[in-house]
Amino acid sequence: MTRITPPAFITQSEEAYDKGYDPKVARGLLQFVKPYTRQMFISLIFMIIVTAAAVSGPYFVKLAIDEGIGKRDVSVLRNIVVAYFIVAGVQIVTNFYRVRIMSRVGQHVLYDVRTAMFDHLQKLSLSFYNRYSVGRVITRVINDVGTLREFITWAVLAIVRNLLAILGTLIAMLSLNLRLSLITFAVIPLMVLATYLYRNMARRNYRKVRAAVSWTNSVLAENVNGVRVVQAFSRQAYNFSNFKDYVNRYFLETSLDAAKVASAFTPVVDVLGAIATALVVYLGGTAVLGESITAGVLIAFVLYIDRLFDPIRDLSRRFDTLQSTMAGGERILELLNTPIEVRDAEDALEMPPIVGEVRFENVSFHYSDDPTLVLDGINLHVDAGQIVALVGETGAGKTTIVKLLARFHDPTSGCVRVDGIDLRRVTQGSLRRQMGMVLQDPFLFNGTVKENILFGRLDATDEEVIAAAKAVGAHDFIVGLKNGYETSVEEGGATLSVGQRQLISFARALLADPRILILDEATSSVDTQTEQIIQRALATLLTRRTSFVIAHRLSTITTADKIVVIHDGKIIEQGTHNELLAKQGMYYELYQTGFRE
Amino acid sequence: MIHLLRLRTTLQPYLGKILVNLFILLGITALSLVVPRVIRSVIDDGLARGETTYLIRSALLLLGLGLVSAVLNLCNRYLSEWIAARVGYDLRNRMYDHIQHLPFTYHDHVQSGQLISRCIEDVRSIERFAGGSVAELIRFVILTIGILIIMLADNVRLAVIALLPMVPLILMTSGFGTKIGKLFFAVDQAIGEVSNRLQENVVGVQVVRAFAREKYEIQRFDTANKEVFRTWVHVIDEWSKIMPTTNWLITVSTILILWFGGRMVIDGTLTVGAVVAFNAYILMMAEPAQALTGLVNAGGEAAAGAQRVFEVLDTKPEINTPKHAVLLPTLRGEVEFRNVGLKYQNEHTASLEGINVHIQPNQIVALIGPTGSGKTSLVNLIPRFYDVTEGQVLVDDYDVCHVDLVSLRRQIGIVLQTSLLFSDTIKANIAYGRPDATMDEIIAAAKAAQAHTFIMGFPNGYETIVGERGVTLSGGQRQRVAIARALLMNPRILILDDSTSSVDTQTEKLIQAALDTLMEGRTTFVIAHRLSTVRRADLILVMDKGRIVERGTHEELLKLGGLYREIHDLQLVDHAVFAEEMEKIEKSSSLAHTKETF
Repeated sequence: MTRITPPAFITQSEEAYDKGYDPKVARGLLQFVKPYTRQMFISLIFMIIVTAAAVSGPYFVKLAIDEGIGKRDVSVLRNIVVAYFIVAGVQIVTNFYRVRIMSRVGQHVLYDVRTAMFDHLQKLSLSFYNRYSVGRVITRVINDVGTLREFITWAVLAIVRNLLAILGTLIAMLSLNLRLSLITFAVIPLMVLATYLYRNMARRNYRKVRAAVSWTNSVLAENVNGVRVVQAFSRQAYNFSNFKDYVNRYFLETSLDAAKVASAFTPVVDVLGAIATALVVYLGGTAVLGESITAGVLIAFVLYIDRLFDPIRDLSRRFDTLQSTMAGGERILELLNTPIEVRDAEDALEMPPIVGEVRFENVSFHYSDDPTLVLDGINLHVDAGQIVALVGETGAGKTTIVKLLARFHDPTSGCVRVDGIDLRRVTQGSLRRQMGMVLQDPFLFNGTVKENILFGRLDATDEEVIAAAKAVGAHDFIVGLKNGYETSVEEGGATLSVGQRQLISFARALLADPRILILDEATSSVDTQTEQIIQRALATLLTRRTSFVIAHRLSTITTADKIVVIHDGKIIEQGTHNELLAKQGMYYELYQTGFRE
Repeated sequence: MIHLLRLRTTLQPYLGKILVNLFILLGITALSLVVPRVIRSVIDDGLARGETTYLIRSALLLLGLGLVSAVLNLCNRYLSEWIAARVGYDLRNRMYDHIQHLPFTYHDHVQSGQLISRCIEDVRSIERFAGGSVAELIRFVILTIGILIIMLADNVRLAVIALLPMVPLILMTSGFGTKIGKLFFAVDQAIGEVSNRLQENVVGVQVVRAFAREKYEIQRFDTANKEVFRTWVHVIDEWSKIMPTTNWLITVSTILILWFGGRMVIDGTLTVGAVVAFNAYILMMAEPAQALTGLVNAGGEAAAGAQRVFEVLDTKPEINTPKHAVLLPTLRGEVEFRNVGLKYQNEHTASLEGINVHIQPNQIVALIGPTGSGKTSLVNLIPRFYDVTEGQVLVDDYDVCHVDLVSLRRQIGIVLQTSLLFSDTIKANIAYGRPDATMDEIIAAAKAAQAHTFIMGFPNGYETIVGERGVTLSGGQRQRVAIARALLMNPRILILDDSTSSVDTQTEKLIQAALDTLMEGRTTFVIAHRLSTVRRADLILVMDKGRIVERGTHEELLKLGGLYREIHDLQLVDHAVFAEEMEKIEKSSSLAHTKETF
């Protein structure tokens, strides 16, 4: 046994993983199987036929030996062999269809589950994504659905198949000879006991192995992702000895512990099999001598013993799979059952064409899992076509205000109105189609530059795309790219500079021609020349629409129609630049200290 | 296959154990071949002669055989697992250490996720193969040969007939391996695509929502999702053909034995026991023959895994301490670039060209210039993250290519643009470069980096775990921890990628103060975006397209009226506005003041 203990977060997550069978989860998962009840039923019938055919094998052997060979009758032997051949034919055909139907159902279910999850993800509010990292979402949809596949195809189906096989074999044995059957069955309790003990030990061991794997994984991942820091600080030797003597050593030792238990199990089963065979040979043989049974029966019994033990052994393994899939299933259901915080009202209307007047009436907001108010009594009135600059420190609530405007969240109290219409009364789609958003870290999708601009309005023509790019000053660098507008940007736009990504996202927003524009204006890591271009693009973008700008640049702030100073979730001051300076309040202070270099 | 053979070296240390394991395997196989013969003799001799003692003897023999082979089996399985685990342990260690010595050039082009899966998944598949599958394969070969000999020796005609269906079975299963491998590859590809779609959708969730593109995204996901379904169905269709067919072929063999063997028994040329034994041998062979599919699969996976693992291990760490390296003494901090040129792999244009600059100890050097002008490339040459393709980089007159890497990098402190922290305690993160630092030293470094106050604000103080599974630090906090980390190294040369972009003004001031402390009494290279930092520098290098286009102090460069002047003026626009406004306020407030007095 190892004396190394992995960090708590690793062991804890593994304990959570080991849930045991949970009928609630099983029921939840079976919901997905329901639409395919008919196919399941058909394949169950096929399965019964297959099992019956398989079980009849040794019986045919018995018949051939006793009736054909024993009685030296070639025509009887021929009949038996032909019959056996026909049964085998039935078996191959039914088996073929059973596998086909069953696995197709399985794949259909998985397809449905993935679709359901993705659809649900499209509706969940953004606060969900604050809690759930990308990695976790992907694990749910890929890995956990993967374990669900095992749940369906390997665990549930195999368990049914094994049970049928055991049942069939038992019936066959009993009908051949009662006494010999009971003798053979005497070994079964021992077998069950051995299986039970093994499973308990194995489970504990495998939990540790899993912990070891995830520990190794996370240590490796960190070292690879941080390799530049590792090298900069010359940590290679230290990290290596830590990996070799702790992390990887733990992996080795837990694997060996698991191996000890696992390698003991099969031999135990083999011994039990040998005992059963020996018993049958001795007692059965004596019976043959006493002429109470035929030699054929004895031979059939020896064959049946194997067919009885295999499914029992298999069953124990399947049951483990079933249990380990429970945790995955539970996590899938948890995601699917996550309530959708922002949803369209039943009688939601289409948002009519927006003029652009925005009103926050006494709006307060806090996240559902945290009662501290992020926004507290916000009252704000913006006329159509105005430019509003939101100013304040990090975490003051600027972003939350614009998120409420785009209805990424609903206010906890108060209401947000556009053109006098409460946002909760209209559909999200019709609202957001008329709004544009440019985020601080411009996100580009895999695809071409053109496709990324088109994301703003899918039916735009090439001319419109180019016009939008020209208007924001992006056209020049785009045509300079390897394939111009058809150049593919890698995920997240890694191949383009931040400034170029920002220009593309400007073009995207312009193409959408939104009535209300939300802009998180950050040009931090952009060189001065690019900043100039962006500055001009901004001017184009902001005209003729109501704009909310989370402003960092002095020129944007001073030219805004309205400056809103936010502090601790409250609006402290609002007014034009000159009004606010004259007030000599917080804005004045920020202006003196903060905006200065 | 070549790649599998290369695993030889990995197995070498355990040759003794592997040989022992082979012998055990031979023993098990031999014993299992005896069992059908015992049953045969029970039927032919025991039952025919009517001797109960013969039956008892046979039963005991069977029991004995069972026990011995169980013990052998236990040894075999444990040994196999042991070898597998050891091989995995060794390979993972080799991979881990190799990866962290591979140069930046390598990591620039490789996807970290792939690298990690090579260490875990690929090593696992090699492990599995080395431990279980090879042994299984050998067992199958020995067993087949043994059965062939026994059956042929017994009755050539019946043996040939019984083995006939085994030929297509073996051919089919081995062919199936490669076929299913390709199909599974398609499945993996499709799942990868689903995962890409998903990742993009989640990362870009705000954009998707902002442009109300949910329906479009659902459609795109559905295409990928359908492809997973489709590729799986291909796999299933193959399965549904092969599985029932193998079962059928085995049954056919049994039927053939019954028919032809039965007639021979009737003719008196064969015994009933022999028929039963033949049947038993066929069944015995059927199981491993079916497992052959899995084995071929495992072999293929292991070969692919080995290829990928060796691909990493074969990559030579180009940047390494040379043989007769100089162990650097404490540096004064002089840095010289002599005619330096740098061209990255797979790139057409040089990133640096004709760089000549000599920096005196304790000077502050600011590098400015447009994105991609070569600032980062230049500073990366000092700790030898990359090797120059032309010229020399000298530190205190030592060529960095000829010195001990650790002694060089230990004296260089780096604060990168994105401050990466490890999921560990704050204490361990600060002490990352010097794991032996005392608590006092750590606190001193944190204080100097303006990080102490916020660290003490956490319930667990310095023991607070940060990173993915711990407390999330803000950008500014992370940066200050990174500064403390560099400070604790007490480096002679400091490299700063000064980007305090996404932090608020107060934090920025704190960071600025921390940086000022950090720069004192060291040679400092700052990649600056801010004029205030640049102005303070002893030497400003203005870079453009991989060359130093202007150099000098702030005043000198302003006079020059070149690129520096241009950048300076652009940034000054905001300042000008600011100054103007301030003037106005002062006027109006003094006016207000005057009014009040009256």
